[in-house]
Amino acid sequence: MEGNLAIIGYGLSAIGPGVGIGLIFAAYVAGVARQPEVRGVLQTIAILGFVLCEQLAIFGIALAFVFS
Amino acid sequence: MTTVVSAAEEFVPPSAPDFWQPLVGDGAFAITRSMIVMVLVTIGLAVVMMLATRRLSVVPGRGQYRLEGVYGLVRNSIGRDIIGSDHFRPYVPLLFTLFTLILLNNLMAIIPVVQFPTTSRISFPIAFALGVYVVYLVAGVRRRGLGGFLKNLVPSGLPFWVVPVVFILELVTFLITRPVTLALRLFGNMFAGHILLLLFAVGGEFLLLNGDGLLKLVSIPAFFMFFLFSAFEILIAFLQAYVFILLASVYIAEVYADDH
Repeated sequence: MEGNLAIIGYGLSAIGPGVGIGLIFAAYVAGVARQPEVRGVLQTIAILGFVLCEQLAIFGIALAFVFS
Repeated sequence: MTTVVSAAEEFVPPSAPDFWQPLVGDGAFAITRSMIVMVLVTIGLAVVMMLATRRLSVVPGRGQYRLEGVYGLVRNSIGRDIIGSDHFRPYVPLLFTLFTLILLNNLMAIIPVVQFPTTSRISFPIAFALGVYVVYLVAGVRRRGLGGFLKNLVPSGLPFWVVPVVFILELVTFLITRPVTLALRLFGNMFAGHILLLLFAVGGEFLLLNGDGLLKLVSIPAFFMFFLFSAFEILIAFLQAYVFILLASVYIAEVYADDH
């Protein structure tokens, strides 16, 4: 079986952001359920947190192709 | 995998070099497919904008109403809410241009015939991010002067021995991390999304043409996933254009934040 070790590194780097994004949207859903009228404000904050969290996985995929 | 391809030719999964598609010439000065798509998108966008804003009226027609919807999203929910109502006006044209250009370039990933997202080549996101980078640095230096800009990187009230560490961390964030992540995020999302589509399409085709017996049937779920992810890509294209200008306006807003 052939493959590339760098892609496994990308898989490992995606674990952290996966957990983090899950936590962010769990908090967003809980916030909207408690107080539906602040949905717009929470949405912007949630997406901002989501992209800041996601950037680790993005670094992972970029470096996976750089080192492959 | 080895048993699948033993009878037929070897399956070659799509990889990064597949995105380098020179049409005219070769090397550093080749005219590539992404450049053609970018030029077409820019011309199309310019024509649509000029036609839609030629006869502006107080009571908008259908085309003007839709355009105003997009403009309102950028101006109100991003520009005004994040940069603040005192300072957002000069930045609205920049944000609106970036949003429409990035959105159309991303959507080219799933539009038939074209099917190539320009932003999956790293040079285009770098150019977009460089524009934002220059804007927020120049805005910061013009507002406070170079000394004030550097001084404002460190929040006040820290113990004196923490100040150099925080200063270096903030300087690295400002000068390196932010533009690099801004460019890499857009590139990474579009590249990964498109390579996934490519994998399902090429893999499905390979199974259909070269699979043995029942393995041909496996190509049906592969093509189904291709359609599913094409629909998903529309969402990603919109989200990434939104996120790009959201972060750009967050960076610009920090220039005008009085407290750190």
